[in-house]
Amino acid sequence: MRRTTIPFGPQHPVLPEPLVLDLILEDEKVIDAIPTIGYIHRGLEMMVERVEYTEMGFVVERICGICSFMHGMGYCVSLESIMNVEVPERAGWLRLIWAEISRIQSHLLWLGLGADAFGFENLFMHCWRMREQILDIFEKTTGGRIIHSVNRIGGVKRDISDSELAAILVQLQELGEAFKTTARVFGTDPSIAHRLGGVGVLSMEDARAVDAVGPMARASGIATDTRLIGANFYDRIELEPVTETAGDCLARVVVRLREIDQSIDIVRQAIEKMPKGEGLPLENKPRGNPNGEVFTRLEQPRGEVLYYVKANGTKNLERFRARTPTFANIPAMIKLVKGCDLADVPNIILTIDPCISCTER
Amino acid sequence: MSFFSRSPWILHYDGSSCNGCDIEVLACLTPLYDVERFGVLNTGNPKHADILLVTGSVNERNIEIVENLYRQMPDPKVVVAVGACACSGGIFARAYNIQGGIDKVIPVDVYVPGCAARPESIIDGVVQGIAALEAKRKKTA
Repeated sequence: MRRTTIPFGPQHPVLPEPLVLDLILEDEKVIDAIPTIGYIHRGLEMMVERVEYTEMGFVVERICGICSFMHGMGYCVSLESIMNVEVPERAGWLRLIWAEISRIQSHLLWLGLGADAFGFENLFMHCWRMREQILDIFEKTTGGRIIHSVNRIGGVKRDISDSELAAILVQLQELGEAFKTTARVFGTDPSIAHRLGGVGVLSMEDARAVDAVGPMARASGIATDTRLIGANFYDRIELEPVTETAGDCLARVVVRLREIDQSIDIVRQAIEKMPKGEGLPLENKPRGNPNGEVFTRLEQPRGEVLYYVKANGTKNLERFRARTPTFANIPAMIKLVKGCDLADVPNIILTIDPCISCTER
Repeated sequence: MSFFSRSPWILHYDGSSCNGCDIEVLACLTPLYDVERFGVLNTGNPKHADILLVTGSVNERNIEIVENLYRQMPDPKVVVAVGACACSGGIFARAYNIQGGIDKVIPVDVYVPGCAARPESIIDGVVQGIAALEAKRKKTA
């Protein structure tokens, strides 16, 4: 049979970002997919040579506009451990709360984009309508909708008052209740089950073999979650990784639906356990220049992110590297795309929740 | 062609941005802002588009794609540069492979500032783009 090559991207309606895949088809079946990257590469590893470490945090936040808070947090946590700065307790808890709220934001965003990819535009609108409420919380507490810049090396820039935190929790819980109606559509609508059920199945063995991370791995039954290592106050939170066993596109949707509820619960626990009061210290300023190297792991909405920072005692870092979750999930995506129908390609690509600007940095 | 002059079709492309502005462009379509009520429609096809919304500071690899999309759009056409990176390179201006703004690659008509640009200012940019489109149409007519 003759083979056809279909270029997918860089400009493609299903994704706002330039992902490039050369899909090699036999009839309607995809037999191979060759990814090309580099369209959003900005060279952060080289930028550390030109930008001082104190300013670099703001650049790192702009690796990606969706998980920008957690990128900033990862950078600051890395430098704090190099410079032996202890973060004040309230600042650490505030980081955790913002991180979980940004996970809710990211999942709502993704559920919308996913719904748009399988042609359910109404659902896309509903998810993004709810996401705007989360962005309002961000705007109120940090001043920015997308890029927050509240992380500093040694703490956070702003406090959230206790009464405001209580109001945020009420707002999140109401949103969680209201979201149940939308979540039910994802879970019960026959057209969604037909479109996503049994499509792009990643078995548990395959998920281990290709080293899937985050919701991708959890949808295949692997109970992996970097939050379980307990850093950044997560050891004080009770949490059970959300897992599903089917490993198909629908399971990956369900994992993210359930993680929204989980994150709301984590915010509740954090608000209960954090030290209360006005005027508590939020920042321990670091002294001098960093010297040393460190690996930091965080659980981003898309999975585990790994930062490697090496400093040499000068104002500029020697190395900065981020291995982002999408990069780790690309082998899984290629594995799933091989052998699927052409019509399923957008859904499979979207269910790994690709963030190309994270991947290429 | 005055009957469709107030209903521009938009093509959005991510020219090496961090995603922040792209998400805000998408947010313009969703219920809180809902630009479709003004007749603004997001299309995936450059040959249907009147206004090109480009975000990001454009790296070496993306030059060709941005130029290609611009060439494929029918005249008259307007380019709106969305966000600080698209206007000047923004925080990434010091990166080694960054062109430093869309206007280094294709002519830009409207600049929308902000990092990330807010949906309100993106909508404002599109509205100014409509005026620019009208002016260009009069010139060619």
